[in-house]
Amino acid sequence: MQQIFNFLIKNKNSILFLFLLAISIFLTIQNHAFHKSRFISSANFVTGGIYSWSNSINTYLHLDEYNERLLEENNKLRNIISNINDSISVEKQLDSTSFEGDYLFRTARVINNNFSKPNNYLTLNRGEKSGIQAEYGVITSQGIVGIVDRVNENYSRVISILNSNSRINAQLKNTNHFGSLVWNGDNPNIVQLIDVPRQAPLQKGDTIITGGRSLIFPKGLPIGSITDFSLDQTQSYYTINIQLFNDMTNIGYVYVIENVNKKEIKALEKSEQ
Amino acid sequence: MNSSLISNTLRFILLVLLQVLVLNNINFAGYVNPYLYVLFILLYPFTGNQSLFLLLSFLLGISIDIFEDSGGINAAACLVAAFVRPNLLRFSFGISYDHQNIRLSATPFGAKLSYVFLMVLIHHFVLFSLEMFSLTHILIILKKTLFSSIFTVILILLSLTLFSRKYR
Repeated sequence: MQQIFNFLIKNKNSILFLFLLAISIFLTIQNHAFHKSRFISSANFVTGGIYSWSNSINTYLHLDEYNERLLEENNKLRNIISNINDSISVEKQLDSTSFEGDYLFRTARVINNNFSKPNNYLTLNRGEKSGIQAEYGVITSQGIVGIVDRVNENYSRVISILNSNSRINAQLKNTNHFGSLVWNGDNPNIVQLIDVPRQAPLQKGDTIITGGRSLIFPKGLPIGSITDFSLDQTQSYYTINIQLFNDMTNIGYVYVIENVNKKEIKALEKSEQ
Repeated sequence: MNSSLISNTLRFILLVLLQVLVLNNINFAGYVNPYLYVLFILLYPFTGNQSLFLLLSFLLGISIDIFEDSGGINAAACLVAAFVRPNLLRFSFGISYDHQNIRLSATPFGAKLSYVFLMVLIHHFVLFSLEMFSLTHILIILKKTLFSSIFTVILILLSLTLFSRKYR
C-alpha cells in the first residue's frame, strides 16, 4: 500500500497530465461528431456576452455596408410586389408566400463568425427567449448560412455550411436533380454539391437552390452558382463546385427560419413507421 | 510571490481576450493565425508548482476552446507544451535552469529563440493535428504548423522585447 502511494506521489505530475490530456482528447472527439458537442460551446453567458460586446463595436464600423444590403433587398422585394398580378390581392400574397410551407422569419445578429478552420460555427445574439430552437435554418438576403444546433437563453450557435459535418439538401434551379451540399475545408467562398446523378444537365453558371426535402429550409432559396464540375470515382455522380452568393467571411445580420408545420410533419412521419 | 500571482492572473485574462477578440480574426493568407496566448506558458515562473502549472495551462487552453467552439484542441496543445517545458528549459538554458535563477529577459538571444521556437512548434503541431484529426492531411498540418509558428514566434519575441522590465 505504502509503495502504491509513493508511486502516486512521485508521478503525480505525469498522472495529472495524462488525466487532463484524456479530458481534452475526449472533448475534441465529441466536437468532431455531428450534434454531439454537448459540453462546451461559445453560446454561453460569459463568451456570448464578450462576443456581443466586441461585435457591437464592429457592427458600427460596417453600418454603411449593411445599409447597402438592406437597400438591395428592399429593392428586390419592391420588384416582387410591383409585379404581383392584380387579380391576387396583396393581402393574400402576404398570407401565402412564394415558399410552399408556412415559415416564420426572425432576425438576429452574428456576433462571432469562423471560416478558417475545418469545422466552423457562428454565434447569434438571439436564443430561446426570442423563440429560436435547434434545427432552425439560418439565411441572409443573399444565400444560406447554416443550421442552429445549440441554444441557450440569450444566444445560439449555428453550424456553418463551412463545416465538414454539415450536409444540406440542395438542387439545380432548372431541373429537380438534387444532391447534398458539403464543404471540403479549402476555400470559404466555394462549397461542393455531391451525389448529383449523371443524367443532370449541368452548365457553368447554373444556379443552385435549396431543395426543400428537409424540414429546415424552404424550397427555392438561392445558394450559389456552378463554377466547375466533375464525375466522382464511381463515374455515376457529379461533384460540383459552387461559388456562394453570400460572402461567408462577412455576415452581419441574418434571418432565422422556423418551419411552423414541422411538429405536425414529424408526428405524421413517426406514426407511419 | 503575491505580485507574481497578480501579474500571472492578469496575463492569463489579457492573453485570452487578446487571442479571441483580435488575433483569431487575422486569418492572414486564409489560415495563418498567431497564437500569442502560448506566452503565458512560456513566462510562468520556472520555480512554480508543476501540478498547478499543468492545471493552469489546461484552463488556459479550455478557455480559448470555449470561445472558438473547437472542443479540446487548444487544451491538449497547451497541456503538452506545459508538460515538456522542464525538458526544453534544460535543453535550451543548460545547467543554469537547475540553479533556478534565470530571467528570460536576461538570457542570450540564441537560447531564448530555441526555447520559444521549440515550445511554439510543439504546441502548434499538437493543435493542428487535433484540429484536422486525420493523418491523410499531414501536409496541411505541417504547412499550417510552420507558417503559424513563424508568425507566433515573431509576435512573442516582439512582445518580450516590448514588455521586458529593465533591472539595474
